[in-house]
Amino acid sequence: MDKGLPAKREITFETELFGSKTFLIYVEPVFSKAGETIGINYMGIDITDQVRKRERMIKIREEIAVQKAKETELNRTIHITEETMRAKQMLATMSHEIRSPLSGVVSMAEILATTKLDREQRQLLDVMISSGDLVLQLINDILDLSKVESGVMKLEATKFRPREVVKHVLQTAAASLRKILTLEGNVADDVPIEVIGDVLRIRQILTNLISNAIKFTHEGKVGVKLYVVPEPPFAKEGSQNGSAGSTANQSTTNVPKEETCTSTSQTSSDQRGFHGKKHEGSCQDRSQNERGTPVTNGTIDVTEEQAELPETTVWIRCDVYDTGIGIPENALPTLFKKYMQVSADHARKYGGTGLGLAICKQLVELMGGRLTVSSQVHCGSTFTFILPYKVSLSCDHSDDVDDDLSDMDDHGATDDDATAGFFQFQPRTLGSLFSSNGSSRTQNLLAHNIGYVNSHKINGFSENCYSFPTSNGQTKEMDLFEDACSVAEALEISPEPESSFSHSPDHDNESAICRDEHHHNVVNAENKVSTRDVSSCSETSREVDVKEKITEPQLPAERQGRSDSGFQSTLNSSREASNSISKPKILLVEDNKINVMVTRSMMKQLGHTIDVVSNGVEAVRAIQYHSYDLVLMDVCMPVMDGLQTTRLIRSFEETGNWDEAAKAGIEKPSPSSDSLQPDCTPPKRIPIIAMTANALSESADECSANGMDSFISKPVTFQKLKECLEQYFP
Amino acid sequence: MWHGIDMYSLVYSFGFVPCACEHQGIVDDQFTQLRKLEDENSPHFVMEVASLFFEDCEKLINNMAIALEQKQGVDFKQIDECIHQLKGSSSSIGAMRVKNACIAFRSFSDGQNREGCLRCLQQLSHEYSLLKNKLQTLFRLEKEIVAAGGSIPRVH
Repeated sequence: MDKGLPAKREITFETELFGSKTFLIYVEPVFSKAGETIGINYMGIDITDQVRKRERMIKIREEIAVQKAKETELNRTIHITEETMRAKQMLATMSHEIRSPLSGVVSMAEILATTKLDREQRQLLDVMISSGDLVLQLINDILDLSKVESGVMKLEATKFRPREVVKHVLQTAAASLRKILTLEGNVADDVPIEVIGDVLRIRQILTNLISNAIKFTHEGKVGVKLYVVPEPPFAKEGSQNGSAGSTANQSTTNVPKEETCTSTSQTSSDQRGFHGKKHEGSCQDRSQNERGTPVTNGTIDVTEEQAELPETTVWIRCDVYDTGIGIPENALPTLFKKYMQVSADHARKYGGTGLGLAICKQLVELMGGRLTVSSQVHCGSTFTFILPYKVSLSCDHSDDVDDDLSDMDDHGATDDDATAGFFQFQPRTLGSLFSSNGSSRTQNLLAHNIGYVNSHKINGFSENCYSFPTSNGQTKEMDLFEDACSVAEALEISPEPESSFSHSPDHDNESAICRDEHHHNVVNAENKVSTRDVSSCSETSREVDVKEKITEPQLPAERQGRSDSGFQSTLNSSREASNSISKPKILLVEDNKINVMVTRSMMKQLGHTIDVVSNGVEAVRAIQYHSYDLVLMDVCMPVMDGLQTTRLIRSFEETGNWDEAAKAGIEKPSPSSDSLQPDCTPPKRIPIIAMTANALSESADECSANGMDSFISKPVTFQKLKECLEQYFP
Repeated sequence: MWHGIDMYSLVYSFGFVPCACEHQGIVDDQFTQLRKLEDENSPHFVMEVASLFFEDCEKLINNMAIALEQKQGVDFKQIDECIHQLKGSSSSIGAMRVKNACIAFRSFSDGQNREGCLRCLQQLSHEYSLLKNKLQTLFRLEKEIVAAGGSIPRVH
């Protein structure tokens, strides 16, 4: 109305009878002949239906857009998944392809190690072998992981003795332990002597967790605890033959036996359809096992029904605990993801590929269990996995026991081993202390170690100096044990200040003497190595370790001379320090602050400190009072440019006085002790380098015409400065 | 602190940003050289130089803008000096596009062409903002990585 223009608008009315209706109102002013507004015309159209239709259209369009977006997303996901699958497949194939020739290389290297080699050759070979081993392990890890992920991995079911496995893993770890740590293992009494499971994978998991624990623990202990637990809540599967209800505790007595019996019989009747009598029998034994009644060696009170009994399932929980650096809370969620390390720092310091835990988790879950972790920074961590194991109640343990090294262990072994539940491996000994066995066995074991290793020896040096037990397959176990022995050998040979040093120790009449030397040397070596371990914190620390290990058998004098790379940097800096005494004095004449900063930093890297002035006048003054060996002169400067400044300096050098400079307005230096006294001999010609920005007025000819010796074109680079310095200060 | 950004992405981005900058011509090899100068003794060298450059650049651009606005007559000599300064600094730090903008600018200021200079100044401002933006991203990433407990991979 005010503007005098027609307008149209949609207005919605609420009517009682018809609900809300929308009208399109058109209003126009009516003018009189004189131009005054005298009234309005107004029209209204009912557009309610149209509005409704319009809104619906909008909604439909929105829905279509959403649908389309979902489709695209889905397609993309499919595409990505396909690509991922293909990539994984390719990775697995490639790893396979890589593995064979690599094994070949390592095998050849190992064979070479048995031939006659001089010290240097053997050192090189050791590095070769350990590097090759590492890569092989990595490839095996990758293959394992892809196998597990693609569901190709088949689980074995073999009988094995948990106590043996724990003991053996700890033993191996102890043997290659380089730090002062206590390793302990504790198997609860209620854990059956024999269980059925995939011992290979379980050993793999255990080894991986233990080696991780050792890696991240610098003092204190690392241990394994094994005990039976009731069926965990996550295993609520119908086919689970697990403990009846969840009320069975280890500590309960036989009182509720009847109840458990009945409920079990109910479930199992669904699944197995046994006769009633057998039920009862099975109940009895099942609950017996779950209650953890210790099964004594060789004999179980079996009834005839035993032979036909199904296997029971027992859930065993394994805690791998340590007093290490711990894991920060925020890193816990990503711990089991592939390729994740706690931080880039960790990755650098501790090495590793980050595959280990991911594999462990996959394996544990594949076997129907769970892997969890709890940790406190600086206190330690505990990795826990719970797995179901079948237990057969027919007790023939002799044949199928799947324990490769049972021969190794079993010389003189009695059934003591089977029930020995507590092991501890103190630092400073390479043998193992069995709480339930006498020390005589330990001695035997040691002698056995040495004797075994003897057969490999050609000269006094060990072959595989070390290997770190990460997730290895079964075949590596043997090697590790050998390595452990050879480590023992190597350490034994390392000289002491007191004892005499011989290259060919007499192995035969060892036992007691050897053991004492062992302890002593191991102490020394471990102390040394552990401090070095701490100081060298890079991925190459492994290689450094090898070199250090090998240099140990040398004479003490040499050992000191052969300082490790940690000292390199101090050598460098000391070299620099000595240089500064005879370092050339350099003057930079430049007005641009940024150029100054850059040039100064580059010169610092080249090992020179520089003086800086920002124009020609100051430059002349500086030269009047100090002697310089080189001047870097910017050409374009305010107040006095580089060309003129150079001219003045040259005039001084030629005439021996500063008259020209005085003419340009620079005071002559006062004849004080600061200034350079004009003596009889003409002043030395200072090399002056022009720093040109390549403008027309700064041509090379002009520079040299004004007395400059050479030029550097801007921007100033490290290379240019270096060449310049080399030219004038060779 | 982790917030779904994993360390590897951070570090990767950190390597990526300067490469992208060089790829787009925003910085050239000189910048890489400067990064090589960082070590334990001067861990923030690039950031310091860059900050100095930003200050300098802004001041010069400002001065030029003021000079070009003078109704009574543009002092092209002053503009020339500013350009010279800026060209020097930008080439020292490796800011290639800024340097090139300066070179173009100079020809207009030599020709005492006010309109041309204004356009160049605008272009120069634009290039400067681009550079500042990219470099500040880089520095921010650096801070994030250090704060998350990581360390900056050094250029060799």
